[in-house]
Amino acid sequence: MKGVLRTLFSAKVFILLKVFVLDVLFQRWLMRKDFLRWLAHMCIYGGFLLLLLMHGLDKLITSVLFDDYYPTLNPFIFLRDLSALVVIVGIAMAFYRRRLSRMPRPKTTAIDYYALIILSLIMISGIFLEGTKIVSHSRYQDMVDEYTGLQDPEELNALEAFWADKFAVASPDVKEPFDKDMLIEGEQLHEVSCAGCHAPPQWAFMGYGVAKVIRPIASPLDRANVHTLLWYLHFMACFFGLAYLPFSKFFHIFATPAFLLADAVMEEGKSDPANIATKQAMQFDACTHCGDCTTRCSVAVAFNEIPNPNILPSEKLVAFRSLLSGNGLSEKRLMTIQEGSHICTDCHRCTDVCPVGINLEDLWLNLNRYLAELGYPKPERWARKAIEADFDLTKLKDRTLSLTTVDKGFTSALTASAQASTFTVCFGCQDCTNVCPVVGNYENPKKVVGLLPHEIMHSLALKQKELALGSKMLWDCVTCYICQEHCPQGVRVTDVLYELKNLALRHLMAKTT
Amino acid sequence: MEFALFLGCNIPIRLKQYETSSRAVLEQLGVTLVDIPEFNCCGYPLRNIDLKAFVLSSARNLALAERQNLNMIVLCKCGYGTLRMAQHLMKENTSLREGVNANLAKEGLKYEGDIQVKHLLTVLFNDVGTEAVKKKVTRPYENVKIATHYGCHALRPSSVVQFDDPVAPTIFDQLVEVTGAKSVDWSTKLECCGGPLAGIHDELSLDFTKKKLADAKKAGAHYMTTGCVFCQIQFDAVQKRIEAHTDSNPHVPSILYSQLLGLCMNINKDALGLDRNQIDITGLERFMAANDPGLNSA
Ligand code: HEC
Repeated sequence: MKGVLRTLFSAKVFILLKVFVLDVLFQRWLMRKDFLRWLAHMCIYGGFLLLLLMHGLDKLITSVLFDDYYPTLNPFIFLRDLSALVVIVGIAMAFYRRRLSRMPRPKTTAIDYYALIILSLIMISGIFLEGTKIVSHSRYQDMVDEYTGLQDPEELNALEAFWADKFAVASPDVKEPFDKDMLIEGEQLHEVSCAGCHAPPQWAFMGYGVAKVIRPIASPLDRANVHTLLWYLHFMACFFGLAYLPFSKFFHIFATPAFLLADAVMEEGKSDPANIATKQAMQFDACTHCGDCTTRCSVAVAFNEIPNPNILPSEKLVAFRSLLSGNGLSEKRLMTIQEGSHICTDCHRCTDVCPVGINLEDLWLNLNRYLAELGYPKPERWARKAIEADFDLTKLKDRTLSLTTVDKGFTSALTASAQASTFTVCFGCQDCTNVCPVVGNYENPKKVVGLLPHEIMHSLALKQKELALGSKMLWDCVTCYICQEHCPQGVRVTDVLYELKNLALRHLMAKTT
Repeated sequence: MEFALFLGCNIPIRLKQYETSSRAVLEQLGVTLVDIPEFNCCGYPLRNIDLKAFVLSSARNLALAERQNLNMIVLCKCGYGTLRMAQHLMKENTSLREGVNANLAKEGLKYEGDIQVKHLLTVLFNDVGTEAVKKKVTRPYENVKIATHYGCHALRPSSVVQFDDPVAPTIFDQLVEVTGAKSVDWSTKLECCGGPLAGIHDELSLDFTKKKLADAKKAGAHYMTTGCVFCQIQFDAVQKRIEAHTDSNPHVPSILYSQLLGLCMNINKDALGLDRNQIDITGLERFMAANDPGLNSA
């Protein structure tokens, strides 16, 4: 609180103001990054804001500002339809953008579409409501009863003819073609009783379009009270959107500006660490799940082969948030986050491209640190540890290998690969082990690394899965390829070890969960 | 001579000087570089995790270069070795290649295997040629001894990477001698820098790094030179960290080959980014021919 006050009374307030106008209202950051995106976003955001203030909250705002306000008068009637159209164009652009990109990208979840769907529902129900009301004869009748004292059936007919002709009311009483004089009389009555509140409905161009289409079936619709139904739908859609707001992408309406403002006035190292922590927490909510990070991600392509969504930055962020939420995640979930989190080259591209300016790189660093604290470090490191705990060669000393540990299926994964299958021609000369610089690094290498390279090749020949996958040598291999270069038999020792590492990781993960 | 420049993930963010110095040097030597912003991870970091993912990642880069009909020039040796390995694996295993192409097709890409992947050093040696390089050296070094670090993944497996003779390589040494420097012979010249185990088994990783530094020192090297992201990080940033924790250290600063060459080609210092190295290497200028007019103009 003190921090807030101090900020308010310092020069920072100008920075805040500038950021608010340029970044929050006009979203300058987005315009610079991607003009079309900015346009789509401005359409939705601008159009919706106008609708909300002018139409949704008209009793609180518009009618206070303008004492002769009626929603059926210009400019309001026209602006309402215009802003609805702008929103719809924006929504269409957003849908199109989501469909367009071909790279692996986050599965667009219901949450992503939710905002767009609710908005569409509000817009469409509103337009149809408008259309049904325009043609509704019962609405017309109510109005006549309320605003005219007319008793004379001829006059009533004249007014109705005029409204049927010019205002698209579907009248069961009067039929086209209308008599010219009758229309003139009707117009005069209209001028007296109705024109003060009614601009021609054509100004509500979308509602009017709907009215034109449904006019032939207007009477049954009216009898079924469809406009009341639509009103509920429209109202409920707005209400539902509002109620669900904190849980949906809509929340970024608050979170993103708050983050932008905080980001503008806080400096790493200068501000209170507690505030910095808050800012970091805000990043999660500021994310709009637009997926730009994933589209630009350097390793996203791997998702095609490793179907772990946590590889993709946009999903990794969601996972991190649920990790922090404190609800204990299952071991399996934690391990998929671990795997995804470490399939990352720290290339910084996601951070560079984030339209909101979230420091994702920083977030990943924290995620990895956090995972390590929970006991889920870099998979290779984790595997090495797991083996250390699990497999102790010294215990094996005096035991002959039992045949039950033979796993026939195991080596088939290797023999399917041209490089890995070369282990079959090993004739046990031990050259690989003799030239290995890792082996050479230790006085008693067996104790440190477990099976030596040539022994791993042996264990493969014997189809000893636990032995082959359980040797620390796999994770101590520096991949210098000296063994492979030296092998007189052409065994691709290093490449076999690479593939064994792939298998070992999968094996260990399956075993742990 | 035109190449698609493959930078990989680390150079733009952690070793910018390798990019800027290479660009400057290659421009002087008449090599045109094309940037392909869609390039992704070379696949190297995926090799421990999943073979298919690594090959696919490599293949996407290859297909992107292929689409523009360009051969690739790679600055990092691990990136070079990985891309060459992926090419090799897809050549020998058609079903692997078909699987990769099925994934690439989603983006309208295809890997045919028509392009060549080269490393900065092989381009300089084979395509530009040492004679042409030598002509551009205006301020040759004198009396400086340099230890060349070849880098495992460029050198081996030799049948796949085809960089140089795996047992007695000379490319790098010849390129160093072109600058007037002396390339020293040292015992662990062809061994690993320790980089691949960083973050997996740090202790062992450092054993390698320290051993190599000590060996280079023993051979009398003033500097070490590299042509690889991981090796350079190991001998620069990691050496600096080692020095902060140990009293007796050999102290052999490492310079990227593009910086070494660029300096004696009298290339703009900003482009060479000497001050971006963690360990100071500006002392190298003491070894430049004093009577050369280029020195005064610099
Ligand atoms: C005091 C202003 C006022 C007068 C006078 C008035 N209306 Fe209305 N009328 C409205 C308002 C406001 C609405 C919209 C109500 C709503 O949103 O449901 C409306 C709605 C209607 C509708 C339904 C279509 C629509 O656009 O919502 C018809 C039909 C209609 N009026 C006919 C008439 C006729 C005919 C007269 C003249 C006899 C008349 N009105 C006089 C204010 C007025």
